[in-house]
Amino acid sequence: MIRRLSIIVAIVAFGLVFASLVIGHTEQQSLLPLAESYIRLVPQELGAANVITGILLTYRAFDTLGEVAVLFMVAAGVGLVLGGERPPRSGPLEDRFEGARPPSEIVQTGTQILVPLISIFAAYIIMNGHLTAGGGFQGGAVIASGVLLMLLTYPQYQPNPEFLGVTESVAGALFVLTGIAGLIAAGGFLDNRILPLGQFGAFFSAGTIPILSALLGIKVGCELSVILERFRP
Amino acid sequence: MISSIVLTTGLLLILIGLWGMLTHRNILRIVIGFSLMGTGTHIVIVAIGYVANGTAPIIDHALSLSEAASRAVDPIPSALAVTAIVIGMAVTAVMLAYAIRLYEAKRTLSIDAFTESKW
Repeated sequence: MIRRLSIIVAIVAFGLVFASLVIGHTEQQSLLPLAESYIRLVPQELGAANVITGILLTYRAFDTLGEVAVLFMVAAGVGLVLGGERPPRSGPLEDRFEGARPPSEIVQTGTQILVPLISIFAAYIIMNGHLTAGGGFQGGAVIASGVLLMLLTYPQYQPNPEFLGVTESVAGALFVLTGIAGLIAAGGFLDNRILPLGQFGAFFSAGTIPILSALLGIKVGCELSVILERFRP
Repeated sequence: MISSIVLTTGLLLILIGLWGMLTHRNILRIVIGFSLMGTGTHIVIVAIGYVANGTAPIIDHALSLSEAASRAVDPIPSALAVTAIVIGMAVTAVMLAYAIRLYEAKRTLSIDAFTESKW
């Protein structure tokens, strides 16, 4: 009873705070100076049509690097928590799914048709991050969704963990090296202007942003696939 | 107007998530409540960055370079939301991993069974 009452009190209190936020909220009529300068500078200085990608991969790319580090730590942490010889995980992969109902025809056929399409879509999202909505994180998550579909359909499917680990490490190292190259050849760490900016709006434009986007997509895709693989029984 | 609706939706999602976390005793439901709260927060962040009659800050044939500063929404909350989504997913993965281990320890997902750290 007391617990229920305290829950209601907490929800009502939060509701009152939020209600005052909604009542006091007024829609912005014009951009704040920082946002305005970002919108002006990203196409002008970086040559990227998507302002958000320009912010994520150049002006605040150090944040993105830290975020990738967080993902790496989570992959390692999930491996630590779920690793070891836990009862269902031990034994060869084939024996773990004995007696389990095989996936239905619809799931199998759907996977065969969808996984290639998902991969192509992921590549499209990653490589057009500087032109339209998209980028490395989003595309990497799409790659991982394809891996999840494979894991659901073929329980014995084993993504090669060494391949994933090496690919991820190489992509991460190249990301940092690109950043250091910006430190030497251009204005600062992860500056994208070490390559020519190209024609605005073209596929090969915006300096190193497409390259960083691709590396980020590969790295995030590998990391999320490793995390998904760890959750398998 | 639009941003007020979106803001209300986000704040309601936060409240629903909080309510779910406080009332349910199943660890998986608590994780779902936490994720709902996170999603609500993302919606609030994006709603705050909305500018009246604004559009996505992507320069193409629909939004020319010269009118971008007057017609685009604030790009910074959007960039923050991308960051927050990734971190939220990572936190969810860690919570689910712990849920699996807790289930293995006590063969139940009810949070009432885990009394060791209760005072």
